[in-house]
Amino acid sequence: MKAEIYVTCKQGILDPEGNAVRKALNSIGFDAVGSVRFGKYIEMEFADVDKAEAEKLTEEACRKLLANQNTETYRFEIVD
Amino acid sequence: MRIAVIVFPGSNCDHDAYSVLKGIRQIEVHFVWHKETDLSRYEGIVIPGGFSYGDYLRPGSIAKFSPIMTSIIEKAKNGFPVLGICNGFQVLVESGLLPGALITNKKLKFSSRPVALIAQTTDSIFTRNLKKGEKLVMPIAHRQGNFTADEDTLKAIRDDDRIVFTYGHEFGGNPNGSALDIAGILNKKRNVLGMMPHPERAADPLLGSTDGLKIFESLAGIT
Repeated sequence: MKAEIYVTCKQGILDPEGNAVRKALNSIGFDAVGSVRFGKYIEMEFADVDKAEAEKLTEEACRKLLANQNTETYRFEIVD
Repeated sequence: MRIAVIVFPGSNCDHDAYSVLKGIRQIEVHFVWHKETDLSRYEGIVIPGGFSYGDYLRPGSIAKFSPIMTSIIEKAKNGFPVLGICNGFQVLVESGLLPGALITNKKLKFSSRPVALIAQTTDSIFTRNLKKGEKLVMPIAHRQGNFTADEDTLKAIRDDDRIVFTYGHEFGGNPNGSALDIAGILNKKRNVLGMMPHPERAADPLLGSTDGLKIFESLAGIT
């Protein structure tokens, strides 16, 4: 059982990395790119828990540590 | 006044802070390792700069779960002064003792240079020796010092006179894109100060400025 977690900058929060990469993309011809948001991808493996428990633990881990809720949002998927 | 300088794995301004505090006769200073849990003998706490836990995940995010943090939060709640410098400020926002967040500098660069700070309030134990509007020159050295908070929070800290320092226009002005040019803020009770610049690196004439010493002398009650 594994959690695949995405942590990204909240909408409305300045994302300096995303902005720099968007400008770079625009400058090399990717004119259609309007916005780039940066974030983190985290994999967390579980031993001996069912899916419901894994979801509960991942939610708690995101809230307590993996995301700063002042500036970031998170979403995740539990996969086998 | 007995002061604890907290040491995390990766702290690197702990000795600078210790050395400055040691030079003040009214202060007795000790290092306290982050695995300790008892701060009952201390009347003030300094969380120094550095890269606690290598800044992994987000600066300050792992340090906030160190055993010592429970006692620091308790000290703060009981009104004892807590000063977080640079990474210490990042630990204070991550732990919720101060509002907002410190995100990557607007220009994406680690910025290490002097700044001019403007003292915006003298209503705190850390700034009672300063004059409102007084300029202090000291260095910054960080990549995540861009203070960000939602509009309501910014309004609250401004209305409550909790913005302690802002960046002046000298040396190129606001170095990181901080909202309202904020360099340091207080909590509601005014006993917890977080600031990105390094007063401990500006407390000896050999280092070019002694402006930082004024903050430590305020803390010590030297008039």
